[in-house]
Amino acid sequence: MNEILLSASYLAAAVLFVLGLKALNSPETARRGVLMAEVGMLLAVVGTLLRSEIIQYQWILVGIVAGSTIGALMAIFMPMTAMPQRIAISHSFGALAATLVGIVEYYEHGLTIGHGTMAALGFEVLFGSITITGSLMAFSKLQEFVKGAPITYRFQNLSNILLFFVTVGVFVFLIIRPETGVLFYGMVAAGLLLGVLIVLPIGGADMPVVLALLNSYAGLASAATGLVISNNVLLIAGALDGTSGFFLSLMMSRAMNRSFTNVLFGAVGAVKAEAQTQGGEEKTVMRYTPEDAAYILENAQSLIIIPGYGMAVAQAQQAVQELATLLIEKGATVRYAIHPVAGRMPGHMNVLLAEANVPYDLLCEAEQINNDFQSTDVALVIGANDVVNPAARYKKESPLYGMPILNADQAQTVIILKRSLSPGFAGEDNELFYNKKTMMVFGDAKTTLTSLVQLVKQRTRTTVGAAKD
Amino acid sequence: MTNPLFESLYILVLAGFLGFEVIRKVPPLLHTPLMSTTNAISGISLVGSLVAAGSGQSIVSTVLGTLAVTAATINVVGGFMITDRMLKMFRRKERKPQ
Repeated sequence: MNEILLSASYLAAAVLFVLGLKALNSPETARRGVLMAEVGMLLAVVGTLLRSEIIQYQWILVGIVAGSTIGALMAIFMPMTAMPQRIAISHSFGALAATLVGIVEYYEHGLTIGHGTMAALGFEVLFGSITITGSLMAFSKLQEFVKGAPITYRFQNLSNILLFFVTVGVFVFLIIRPETGVLFYGMVAAGLLLGVLIVLPIGGADMPVVLALLNSYAGLASAATGLVISNNVLLIAGALDGTSGFFLSLMMSRAMNRSFTNVLFGAVGAVKAEAQTQGGEEKTVMRYTPEDAAYILENAQSLIIIPGYGMAVAQAQQAVQELATLLIEKGATVRYAIHPVAGRMPGHMNVLLAEANVPYDLLCEAEQINNDFQSTDVALVIGANDVVNPAARYKKESPLYGMPILNADQAQTVIILKRSLSPGFAGEDNELFYNKKTMMVFGDAKTTLTSLVQLVKQRTRTTVGAAKD
Repeated sequence: MTNPLFESLYILVLAGFLGFEVIRKVPPLLHTPLMSTTNAISGISLVGSLVAAGSGQSIVSTVLGTLAVTAATINVVGGFMITDRMLKMFRRKERKPQ
């Protein structure tokens, strides 16, 4: 009887997970989807607790209380701006759980384990251990415990590939001789080391791909756990997580025009350091003041805002929203163009702008809005660079070549808020900065935007006042 | 023929295809909430962790199992809570009363 109840609870959980994810296809049903997934999780946990092999509950209780406290505190107090870090660290926790379960399995049954189960167990602890340290490394970079720029050294690729093949070799040997305990724990250690080494050479702008990939690995580790302990709900949930991460990394790599193998082997970021210094020709930039920009903005009928990581760094989303609201009240159409890899994780800009109360129907995807730039008065670029670099369209030797960009250069006027003239992450100089119709306004994005808001407000007041007189 | 490992592989592969089809329909707008939801769901390794911590095996296994329960619960509880907090912020344009 208990067996049937258990299977039913697992089946219900699996169905609820799928339905929950399906509801995420629209912001209107998304919260209901999360609720369904929560109920599914509850069913699976309660079902498991009733299993006959669970005979002591005190340690389970300790773990659940500790985990719930830490998890809830993190969820309540973590600011939305720290979302990329949170996502990174949670991949690490998920992978840690899967890896520990794998180690326990081996510790208890290592001497009698079959070849097939050993293969699954190997995948579990390998994906798990790589994800634990890889995610911690990504977390440290995002939190700036470690510098965000790629860290490279001589023979880096060679030694990584060597370590990778040694690890695979150990894995294969373990499948043949599962009882070799030293090798099993050695493999876990090698996985932990690989995780660090793979993420070390990856720079900030490639983080969306890396986070998606680690998401996938964490899921695959869970799925492999399901294989080891023949548990279908683990298999299904792990597969869902794995494919979700896989899909996101596909999307992200496509948005950066990287081949998928390039992403799969994590060889991101290191490739690009060479392209930096080239071309000594003098080009001049037209510097403008916020007053100039305010004049253009208040006369614009249509405006498209292009946010980038710079907006997140300057915490300027609230000021952006204020400016947009002001211009909308004056009768302009204002929309936001969101490039898939803007920011440090998939969907980063959307979350920040949603937090600043920007309604989501104003947030447009690249393909949706790219043809509208030609008929738009002003494109306002805030802390974005590579995603509007026209070199991506024609300059074959550029590292950006082929990457789908936002057609900001087709707008009547381009206003760019930027800290300095420094090139973007790809190291490619942006010719849009030197375009005649571009107005560069230098300075901290938040400060500039705040003064833009003030200026537009003042002018409106004087015009209204003048009209009354 | 009925190797249980192969039956599991069937489920794994089919669930993978299903997941891909379902997740393809999630708009980029919600890609961050998608990540944090799948993250919470992958906390399902809690199920394996519970067995490791509670089935009265050796001390080593019980300690590791308890750690696993903690880590997985952080993801489940924290992941779902923060996803909901995020989704609450996604609002439509308010229709102005005419």
